[in-house]
Amino acid sequence: MNLHEYQSKKILASYGVPVPEGRLAESADEALAAAQALGGKLWVVKAQVHAGGRGKAGGVKLARDAAAVRAAAAQMLGQRLVTKQTGASGLPIERVYVEAGSEIERELYLSLTLNRERSRIAVVASAAGGMDIEEVAEDTPEKILSVTVHPATGLQPFQCKQLGFGVGLKAKQIEQFQSILLALYRLYQERDASLIEINPLIVTKSGALVALDCKLEIEANALFRQKEMAALRDLGQEDPMEQRASEHDLNYVSLDGDIACMVNGAGLAMATMDLIKLHGGKPANFLDVGGGATSERVSAAFELILSNANVRAILVNIFGGIVRCDLIADGIINAVKKVGVNVPVVVRLEGTNAEVARQRLAQSGLAIIAATDLTDAARKVVTAARASR
Amino acid sequence: MSVLVNARTKVICQGFTGKQGTFHSEQCLAYGTKLVGGVTPGRGGEQHLGLPVYDTVRDAVSGTGATVSMIYVPAAYAADSILEAIDAGIELVVCITEGVPVNDMIKVKAALSGSPTRLIGPNCPGIITPGECKIGIMPGFIHKKGAVGIVSRSGTLTYEAVFQTTNQGLGQSTCVGIGGDPVRGMNFIDVIELFERDPQTEGIIMVGEIGGSDEEAAARHIRQYVTKPVVAYIAGVTAPPGKRMGHAGAVIAGGKGTAADKYRALDQAGVRTVKSPALLGSAMAELLSTRRAASALAARPAIVAASRPAARPVAAKRKRPASKASRPAPKVARRPTRKTTRKTTRKPARHR
Repeated sequence: MNLHEYQSKKILASYGVPVPEGRLAESADEALAAAQALGGKLWVVKAQVHAGGRGKAGGVKLARDAAAVRAAAAQMLGQRLVTKQTGASGLPIERVYVEAGSEIERELYLSLTLNRERSRIAVVASAAGGMDIEEVAEDTPEKILSVTVHPATGLQPFQCKQLGFGVGLKAKQIEQFQSILLALYRLYQERDASLIEINPLIVTKSGALVALDCKLEIEANALFRQKEMAALRDLGQEDPMEQRASEHDLNYVSLDGDIACMVNGAGLAMATMDLIKLHGGKPANFLDVGGGATSERVSAAFELILSNANVRAILVNIFGGIVRCDLIADGIINAVKKVGVNVPVVVRLEGTNAEVARQRLAQSGLAIIAATDLTDAARKVVTAARASR
Repeated sequence: MSVLVNARTKVICQGFTGKQGTFHSEQCLAYGTKLVGGVTPGRGGEQHLGLPVYDTVRDAVSGTGATVSMIYVPAAYAADSILEAIDAGIELVVCITEGVPVNDMIKVKAALSGSPTRLIGPNCPGIITPGECKIGIMPGFIHKKGAVGIVSRSGTLTYEAVFQTTNQGLGQSTCVGIGGDPVRGMNFIDVIELFERDPQTEGIIMVGEIGGSDEEAAARHIRQYVTKPVVAYIAGVTAPPGKRMGHAGAVIAGGKGTAADKYRALDQAGVRTVKSPALLGSAMAELLSTRRAASALAARPAIVAASRPAARPVAAKRKRPASKASRPAPKVARRPTRKTTRKTTRKPARHR
């Protein structure tokens, strides 16, 4: 789960990590008031969206007087910000964060995340802060320093020093750097983070370290024990279809094609998308109805995929292990009757009670196209989508 | 022969009396698995499904002599259950539970290293040796005893591979679903190593997906150590970057973990890759029939050598490419020996 910058910074501050002073604003007037309350001569107005790359997309503006703060906020609020991470439709800007400007001497990069190869948390630091870290890793990998943390010992002071001296901090800054890192590691553990990224961590002209930006992600699997974090979820930043899916406990990801898929199992769902592409079609979504697919969930899934106006055909691909195919067939029949499906539906059912299921579909009197295997299903749905275009 | 589990394997179930535990224990018993009891704290001394219930794994082990545990407890308690099984000296833990927090699994991984316990999962379908022992949630009836070892990160894609190899008449030696989480127990390499040594396994199917670099690591291992034919499929060619595709571990992050990268690594290792999951069975059938024909001519070794696929020349098999500097040579050379020793010392003879 993603958090906004202003939420992340509040949490950072509560762990003793220095952040610039800032105020949240939902209107241009509030932004003006925020600037006046903060005082000073330089402000930064930042669009609050769940995506990186805001600076280049016009979502971060410097202002040298309060009127400019108001103007920047007025320009951003109510718009959608398109960055290289958002996709073409962008994300809505419902809030801006107004911050006191900082005097920057140097920009560093800092992050904590899982190192999958080592199965440990990795702390990554780089002297090349304020830049796209993926590009830094690609072009100058020697500028990226990393340590991994043994869960029994936790992050050790020597590791902090290794990173701190490695990115060229002076001896007098190491102590502050270390206390920031130890605080971030504690935050990562206590809040079940999956990513803390501070880019940049700046050295101010007076030599202090400040987190100028922050991206904080909380692990979805741990939300059951992170109620406080779960309450920070901003549904406005989520794909409405994916949001509806999560209400029904369905795993859904929107794509830009015209063939909808309904599959059980994440791997098979991805494979089904790949098969559609392999046979010349374009998948409209990823949808895993899960192991315990009931008739109700299948109905909900149908309603969901049909609310996408781009859909020209539907492929249902179920390999019944735990889930019985005849129950899925009932679900399909009910859903097609109830929802009023007006595009071709190709169904491939295999596994437990598959024979009974096929009979039920055949006897339903509905225009359901039966497929004999994976390849047959992909071919049939691609043909059907072309015909109904 | 098979790997890890067979008809004599004694199994207990943690989360035995719960809904999931009960349902799947019944299914496993019906398949013929030697399930000998279960654990539910506070229910010790009771009988469930005609089997004894224990309060702790230690009690269950001393009461039944079980060496394997399957876990169906809710995600919040899964890590604790795995740690308890490790503490009780269980040889193989199979954790089916989905949604275990990564930070919990990081601790479990640390506890596993240095212990003799192996873990399969979490978030996996389990393990099955057809006709002998089913531990997990897979539909037993699609399996058939046979020649193909299957290892996969996805449940339903494993069933596809099983179904196809059954229909091809090849059957399976053992199928291991290693699970879809980013931090898990056994990995591709661990299972492939066992398949390579198992006489019943003639060929290996691996099913990977986007995210992480375990398939790439497996490709390097196969190139160096595996002599049996390998067929691989990777799911997620069409997956957009940055989106988690159902499985917690299936995400292309920072441009890394794409299907294209994985296919490239596997192709370079001489693995037969298929771009459609529908071709797993037929590709394996083809490779095995070539190999079986070759071994029928085993009396003439020159021909056997010549009939190996050109992509994987014999000479390249054990030669380490100079570019793989990230892996220190002594460790690589030692690896098979170390594992063999470990297995001999802790696997009871009845397991073979």
